[in-house]
Amino acid sequence: MSVAIVGVGQTPFSRNCGISIRELCFEAFKDALEDINLTPKEIDASIICSAPEYDKQRSPAGLISEYLGLAPKPTFYAESICSSSSTGVKVGYSFIKSGLHDTVAVIGFQKMSEISSAEVQERMGRGADVQWESPFGTMMPAGYAMYAHAHMQKYGTTEEQLAKVKVKSGKYSLLNPLAMYRRAITLEECLEARVIASPLKLFDCCANADGASCVIMTSEEKAKKITDTPVWVAGIGAASDTLSTTSRTNLTGLTCAVEAAKQAYKMAHMEPKDMDVAEVHDCFTIAEIMAYENLGFCKPGEGGKLIEESQTYIGGKIPVNVDGGLLSKGHPIGATGGSQIRTIVLQLQGRAGKTQVDGAEVGLVHNIGGIGVYGNVTILRR
Amino acid sequence: MIFVSFGKFGKMSYISETKVADFVKHLEEGKVMATRCSKCGKLYFPPRADCPDDLSMDMTWEELSGRCKLLTYTTAHFAPTGFEDDLPYTIALAQCEEGVNVYALLSKDIKENETHIGMDLRLTPLRLPNGKITYELKKA
Repeated sequence: MSVAIVGVGQTPFSRNCGISIRELCFEAFKDALEDINLTPKEIDASIICSAPEYDKQRSPAGLISEYLGLAPKPTFYAESICSSSSTGVKVGYSFIKSGLHDTVAVIGFQKMSEISSAEVQERMGRGADVQWESPFGTMMPAGYAMYAHAHMQKYGTTEEQLAKVKVKSGKYSLLNPLAMYRRAITLEECLEARVIASPLKLFDCCANADGASCVIMTSEEKAKKITDTPVWVAGIGAASDTLSTTSRTNLTGLTCAVEAAKQAYKMAHMEPKDMDVAEVHDCFTIAEIMAYENLGFCKPGEGGKLIEESQTYIGGKIPVNVDGGLLSKGHPIGATGGSQIRTIVLQLQGRAGKTQVDGAEVGLVHNIGGIGVYGNVTILRR
Repeated sequence: MIFVSFGKFGKMSYISETKVADFVKHLEEGKVMATRCSKCGKLYFPPRADCPDDLSMDMTWEELSGRCKLLTYTTAHFAPTGFEDDLPYTIALAQCEEGVNVYALLSKDIKENETHIGMDLRLTPLRLPNGKITYELKKA
């Protein structure tokens, strides 16, 4: 029995959305359900995904489930920081495959503006090993910046190549009405921007955002009744790496992504060359370059060359992040994985509008939690 | 065992209780210590009280020579709460000659243009102005 994704929904990603988390989730849920003429009554279980340190609400699953009219159906909470909703999709897959539940709603959200900037800044420092690394004043950009320096040293990757990832992102952001930043950025603007954590500058980094996403998954039998264009989960992989940077052995790639990709390709009986379109976790420009390599779209060390040759644009070898990616959409932590899945589902259904990759039959989603701590790769097919 | 609070470690400490709190006492004596599992012989830095390879809790302290090489780094121009006044500062990962890695700040006397991956460094205890203690990576 195959497991299908039949519906996807998303709110606009924005700064200071001005509404509550329950209302954000409702908008994404409504978007997904109305598209396929489903009602909340037909949802057998929900998986709510976010990073709880940004919520005022303790245990948000109960609240969201209530507001969406899903009680007394069971609701569960999934968390793996920035990849929470990919983790939710994996849990949903297991529920359906095991026969426990037929139709599952995976709802990811984050309202990062719910807490003050000072509170965000305080939490940022605690993303590292609080005993041995946070006391040195580290934070997310610093973690990826250390990978960037190591990658540049080992492979000769340049700041211009990093910037070209953002230039691509800016180009496609103009075509995504739900993106937070919708503007083209020049190479010069990227290179002249202020340094956040060397070598990463302002435009090498994604921004915090508010938003929600929803993925409706169901069994093969029900999928065929709901829609003529189900998208099938062909492969799904998940892996972890050490939370601390100190214990990492590979400083030029994310081992958790390599491992998750290996599992997903094996399950799908596919190879990197079979992918027609991909969404990768570009929280920083270096992260996208490492993703090209870790997913096998090019050899280790050749990620910089791949973007330089424009091979990840539409028309290239493998179009990547043609919705603008995290760098332009913004990164509402718990909603990001679901948003990536939505982009690929629309591509495979031929509904991606101006960013449609012609004849896309297979797509991949790479969603990473933390600084390469939680690796999630999902392969979808038409 | 004499109880020492781990809260003295680092500019900002997020935890005070740990089985390896004696690390601070050794640091105050000028020594950066690792732990070694008595059962399998594996060396751990940062020090651990427990070895997951054989589930042993029998560890001994062992001083590191301090000789290490820079693996990677970043100069931060943006900081989490409590570190704003120190900006910019350089966070580094170095490999000790014993094979373990250490995550620490580069000494302020190393200029950004002379920082390069592979450079020799020395891991050294550092007393902070606020009375707390940490370690840093100095020029070898």
